[in-house]
Amino acid sequence: MIDITQEIIGSSLRIATPLALAALGELVTEKSGVLNLGIEGIMYGSAFVGIATAAQTGSLSAGLFAGFITGAVAGLIFAFATVTLGVNQHVAGLGLTLFMISFCNTANRIIFTSDGGQVRVDPWQPFNFGGPIFSQYWMTYATFLIAVPFTWWLLWRSGLGLKIRAVGENPEAADVAGIGVAKTRYTAIIIGSLLMAAGGAFITLAFVGTFTINIINGRGWVALALVIFGRWKIGRLLAGAALFSVVNAGQLQLRLLPSFSDVPFEILLALPFLAVIIGLAVSGRNVPYPGAYLKPYKRL
Amino acid sequence: MKKSRIGKAFAALALAGFVLTACGGNTGSDETKGSSDVLSVVAAYSSAIEEPWDGVIHEALQEMADAGEITYKYIDKVGYASGAFERALRQIAEEDKPAIIMGDSFGNEESARKVALDYPDIAFVMGSGGGPAEPNFSVFDNWIHEPAYVSGILAGSLTKTNIIGIVGGIPVPEVNRIVNAFIAGAQSVNPKVEAKINFINSWFDPTAAKEAALSQISAGADILFAERAGVIEAAAEKGLLSFGNQMDQKATAPESVVTSNVWNMRPTIKYILAQVKAGSYTSQDLKDFSMVAKGGATLAEINTGVTGGIPADVVAKATAALDAIKSGALRVDINEGVPAGSVTK
Repeated sequence: MIDITQEIIGSSLRIATPLALAALGELVTEKSGVLNLGIEGIMYGSAFVGIATAAQTGSLSAGLFAGFITGAVAGLIFAFATVTLGVNQHVAGLGLTLFMISFCNTANRIIFTSDGGQVRVDPWQPFNFGGPIFSQYWMTYATFLIAVPFTWWLLWRSGLGLKIRAVGENPEAADVAGIGVAKTRYTAIIIGSLLMAAGGAFITLAFVGTFTINIINGRGWVALALVIFGRWKIGRLLAGAALFSVVNAGQLQLRLLPSFSDVPFEILLALPFLAVIIGLAVSGRNVPYPGAYLKPYKRL
Repeated sequence: MKKSRIGKAFAALALAGFVLTACGGNTGSDETKGSSDVLSVVAAYSSAIEEPWDGVIHEALQEMADAGEITYKYIDKVGYASGAFERALRQIAEEDKPAIIMGDSFGNEESARKVALDYPDIAFVMGSGGGPAEPNFSVFDNWIHEPAYVSGILAGSLTKTNIIGIVGGIPVPEVNRIVNAFIAGAQSVNPKVEAKINFINSWFDPTAAKEAALSQISAGADILFAERAGVIEAAAEKGLLSFGNQMDQKATAPESVVTSNVWNMRPTIKYILAQVKAGSYTSQDLKDFSMVAKGGATLAEINTGVTGGIPADVVAKATAALDAIKSGALRVDINEGVPAGSVTK
């Protein structure tokens, strides 16, 4: 029983890593009043460009760096569209996601799969400090020991965080107070995109070491839901990620128990999503959206 | 004023992006070589050629085209939207007028069969779960349950914990019969084998497949069967043995992959080409051409270089079973039922 519990916790941390990174990125972005639906596409782009670069250069670190560059460029395009041009954020975000996925699939075919191949690298291996819980990839340790505290500090303790929250709640007042609304939103969107890119790169460079089409398979959307589940608070966001991941790891173990052998597997696979939806329904009402959510800012 | 105009232009661009994506589908083509005995084949795939099932067909056709035996064009990711597949087939029939149209009609059976009736001079050869239809609609499928049974014999002989993990995509008949044959093979040599089976409900999600495989390993599995990508990676990470599917997957992890159940479309295509050239093509079920006896299903060379090696008597047992299948002395049952999460004998 202890063994299984440890396995489930260890597996949950792995499952939660890309979700937590992407959700932290979305949190930083949304705190500035911008909804980035490019999240799925940014993860996808970073996952592909990351492994493609790693395969060409033979260096996983170069791959991760390329993934970050991809995230930054995508974030910059999105910021230009939504902040500078004031384009509808839903359209710009979904457009970015569709573009990134199609672009990567096409590039994947041209570079790797046209002759029946598949891109592959030797991925990062887990560091084992004893037991299944502490046998994790370095990016998982970095997520929970560095990215989480950093994001908390950034948003709630740093000067930049104060500006981000100010332009997200009331850009007019922030502008009057001398805070550059556009500059702050650009910064928030790019920091957020870098975190999302890290989530995507984790999947190809650490966890699977390969790329297939549909590699992200909706994990960006799950991260998006976790931000709302978390009511824009890091603690609750992580609780949501933990709930989803633990139920996910748990259902995989349940499926293997002879007593659950005849339960339709679709029900088990749906459990993590159900858990988050029920959690949202119970605690997610009257969500306090950032004041300037979805509103482009223009000086009158 | 100026800004909003740029904004509109950007929105229009985004919209164009939507439309382009909705249209989907990449086409790849080969220059027509213009010789009259070289038959033209155009393929329409509902899924992407990166999906291993379609990949096998595409690879075989592409190789024959490269060798100058056929001319080949394809369109993939046609999808399952109402009318999409029918439109693609009609366009091919009207514009390319090929001798043979191939592809996969799973999920698009009605459209494919309807179009075939309108073009009786074109041979329609489709991957399908249904039967053939007069006058010109032939069907094929990946009948690789026989090599899967032999893989199972190897797995059942090699496991020390008597627990075997299997991760599959979606439990459709094509997947189920391979998984069930693998289990039957393992239990035929080792009745104590318990198979643990996960489905990820997707054709592409190596992350989910690997996580499922790791959970099987933590439940005691020491041999994994990778119906989908991501599973061999888990076995390799934990230093365990694994089995591939659809194509020879030894290159993924040479220290881990014992062998693979390989589907080979060349016998099917060669037969169809011969029939069309001779003018004797009729609709038929091409199942036999995808089975071991006619070379359409094979077991990849057994990789004795895996960690820990493979005892000679185990290899001999597997080879004997394969020979018996070839000679017709051993018949592998076709069981297309959805396997439960854990299967014991």
